[in-house]
Amino acid sequence: MKILVCAKQVPNTNEVKINPETGTLIRDGVESILNPDDDNALEAALQLKDANEGSTVTVVSMGPPQAKDMLIECLAKGADDAILLSSRAFGGADTWATSNTIAAAIRKIGDYDIIFAGRQAIDGDTAQVGPQIAERLNLPQVTYVEEVLKCEDKKVTVKRQLEDGYEIIEIPMPCLLTAVKELNTPRYMSVKGIYEAYEKEITVWDEKDIEADPNQIGIKSSPTRVFRSFTPAPKGKGVMIEGTPKEAAAKVVDELKKKHFL
Amino acid sequence: MFEQKHEMLRKLAREFAVNELEPIAADAEKEGGYPKELWQKAARYGFGGITIPKEYGGAGGDYKSLAIVVEEFCKKDASASSLLMSNSLSGAPYLYYGTEEQKQKYLKPMVLGEKIGAFALTEPGAGSDSGATQTTCLWDEEQGCYILNGRKCFITMGPICDYAVVFAKSNLEAKGTRGISAFIVEASWDGFSRGKAEEKMGMHASVTSDLIFNNVKVPKENLLGKEGQGFKIAMGILDAGRVTVAAQGLGIGAGCLDLAIQYSKERVQFGKPICKLQDVAFKLADMATEVEATRMLVYNVADKLDKHETVTLQAAMAKYKAGEMCNQVAYKALQIHGGYGYMQDYAIERMTRAARLVSIYEGTSEIQKLVISGNLLK
Amino acid sequence: MAEIGKGTDLSAYKNVWVFAEQRGGVITPVVFELLGKGRELASDIGDVKLCALLLGEDLEDMTKQLFEAGADIVYTANSSLLKDYNADGYTKVVSDAIGEFKPEIVMYGATHIGRDLAPRIAARVNTGLTADCTKLDIDPETKGILQTRPAFGGNLMATIKCPNHRPQMSTVRPGVMDKAEVVPGRTGEVIPVTLTLTESDIRTKIIEIVKTAKDMVSLTDAEIIVSGGAGLGDASGFELIQKFADQIGGVVGASRAAVDSGWIDHSHQVGQTGTTVKPKIYIACGISGAIQHLAGMQTSDLIIAINKSPIAPIFEVADYGIVGDLYQVIPELMEVWG
Repeated sequence: MKILVCAKQVPNTNEVKINPETGTLIRDGVESILNPDDDNALEAALQLKDANEGSTVTVVSMGPPQAKDMLIECLAKGADDAILLSSRAFGGADTWATSNTIAAAIRKIGDYDIIFAGRQAIDGDTAQVGPQIAERLNLPQVTYVEEVLKCEDKKVTVKRQLEDGYEIIEIPMPCLLTAVKELNTPRYMSVKGIYEAYEKEITVWDEKDIEADPNQIGIKSSPTRVFRSFTPAPKGKGVMIEGTPKEAAAKVVDELKKKHFL
Repeated sequence: MFEQKHEMLRKLAREFAVNELEPIAADAEKEGGYPKELWQKAARYGFGGITIPKEYGGAGGDYKSLAIVVEEFCKKDASASSLLMSNSLSGAPYLYYGTEEQKQKYLKPMVLGEKIGAFALTEPGAGSDSGATQTTCLWDEEQGCYILNGRKCFITMGPICDYAVVFAKSNLEAKGTRGISAFIVEASWDGFSRGKAEEKMGMHASVTSDLIFNNVKVPKENLLGKEGQGFKIAMGILDAGRVTVAAQGLGIGAGCLDLAIQYSKERVQFGKPICKLQDVAFKLADMATEVEATRMLVYNVADKLDKHETVTLQAAMAKYKAGEMCNQVAYKALQIHGGYGYMQDYAIERMTRAARLVSIYEGTSEIQKLVISGNLLK
Repeated sequence: MAEIGKGTDLSAYKNVWVFAEQRGGVITPVVFELLGKGRELASDIGDVKLCALLLGEDLEDMTKQLFEAGADIVYTANSSLLKDYNADGYTKVVSDAIGEFKPEIVMYGATHIGRDLAPRIAARVNTGLTADCTKLDIDPETKGILQTRPAFGGNLMATIKCPNHRPQMSTVRPGVMDKAEVVPGRTGEVIPVTLTLTESDIRTKIIEIVKTAKDMVSLTDAEIIVSGGAGLGDASGFELIQKFADQIGGVVGASRAAVDSGWIDHSHQVGQTGTTVKPKIYIACGISGAIQHLAGMQTSDLIIAINKSPIAPIFEVADYGIVGDLYQVIPELMEVWG
């Protein structure tokens, strides 16, 4: 089987803090990581590879040159090769233009059975690129995959997470699946994998390599525009309750009663 | 000195330490050992063979890589460097002096996490003074094998090892250390037994016991290296081993610093977090500076080892410094914790007890000073 | 299909649409929130209708409900192939309807179905889509929509426009907009869409749909939430949290740290990557208040925080903060809460 994984390098949003004086994001020193859901997507691909001898896993990512670090991490976990789509022409793209770019690259790769993507990336939280790639490539899709039940005879059976339960869906290959956290526990890199990853070459493609239509990619072609961005207003400061646990508990409950919460 | 792969390896080691070691460190200390699954997991990710060549299941990495992993593991769990012993004391004798058969038979299974090895040098009467070795392993022409008799003590992994490299006198006529040879001895052989697991002050997850040999038949092919080469083997391995122990001390010191920083931000006295008190803040500054200075020494030696330079002097300095540093930093970190630091609920209690060993084993601080001054005055 | 994009005659697109998601013949609650918001948007634009697009089987009762909740027109697609949601069938039918009737705005609930469907449609009809919006306004000058949503784990809010493409599409976070007022007996126009869907268009096969009574956590509807975080120390801490919640009629929530540690199921997670909640009382126990957690609970009516660290960010949003060990404070609270 030939499996593709779409991955993104993202800032660790848990570490992003707001400068209390200026109200702006502090991005300095925030580490870049493999997007968590994409890590689950990669793990799902690697598990299928482990179970089906002769399979390969190729990771595709769009991003700046430093996204290579994230791809190295994917290789060190066991992916066979990695392709970075990197060019100024791709920059500033919204999900529509991003999915056009990635779909063009996948068309160039040509041959594949399953594309795994993470449900969403923690910087944008849109969950849109996966389904949009599927649409561009005219592939069937299942999003929110929380379990891969069966993979045989050119068909995959998966469990799709819903808010109030789940669905069991059978989908023919080739197809696109998006992974949620519950799908698996991603493996670590391995020591050997790290050494071998640095011996591999990461393929870098630009817009010419993937023969992308210039009207379909980048910020200029993106239907949506960021009009403005701002940091959410913090709420007014509350009251710190002093005293022993017993006293504090009594004071809080008193306050709640005064304010008719109880 | 560091390449990108080293940074990536640090990231891996840190993730493993945070997710796999830190949560179980307190339990492993109480239970006195790690679950089998952890050994296997560590091996599966390649930690058992960082410095071991690929043909024996390893990654073929360098000593800097090993030091990085030891540091990151020990920040969270001081005993966890025992999971890495196949890279140093347990594995290196095979790697440097073993035959191809010995490497395949004994080294590879250790790297893969299937077997556990040990390094048996110390005796009740021969600690720092290896020349006083009493254990004998003498050739018996009639039986066509060596016969091993004696007792080794304080053997890390003694209670659970599958085999050990045992240093014993094979020539009673030779003077001092010259009659010592190294033998590979399997725990399943007749006459091999273990003392009870030692109840140590700390590092309980890294298990220790005596190994006792009573007329153990050791086949000829289990001689490691040549007869009479034992002391040279032991000393050669110990140079590299000291780097690992120095990295362990570094990790413990750095881990204690982390704990102290975290606690001092959380603990409120006199209406503010105690990190706002200058005495506490300055303690942290002193600790961080000591940790960083030690880090320089440790990675400098690792780098020299990677360049195949002689490191006896620098390894002794790094080991000496790391051993003393981690004790001082642990002391201050515990002091910052106040009464809570004396309670077993807090990791600093465990780390402080662990630190005490680093200035003692694999050559006490005093032995290191002997090596250092010897080099200065020769 | 004709490409819709730059040079599109924007004036050809009119009316505000709500995708009326249904599961098993029951309209998903967020649809009524979309109708509430949709009514506001329609009147801000002026002279446009609020419409719902309903796909499924046996649509009469649901259509009636949509009218009562404010829809002027309900576009219907009645087919056994649309009984249960499937990406292929729904994408085709909704995209065709958009081509046929040209709405200027289409809103979807940001549910597991809405977020599966809307991106595919946006790709097919070549327009913009803004995910998981928490605020929607009409720009008084251009009459275009301003879509505001959190990004960077809630650290940043971004307002997005879709100036040159139609329709303007959003998925909207459930539980954020006010529900439409229901006027019993209110009615409107039913317009069936042109259906060309065939069985062969649908490539996936649903084998089973299972509703799980997963502890029946409905964080969204809870009036009181007691949440636990990393400060619990281990999974057993949730026993105390549960006891406390049970006593005061609350539901158990959790921070991402607690969920990631495997102490409790993801369905309890409050925050950016979990559920956004707005209970009357939110009690955060041992939660430091990572920004992505705050993003999901800071609009609660009243927040009580218990944490060992006096500088924990949770205290920035708390109405009442108690610095202390939750294992000592919670039992005392249980004692006096009544």
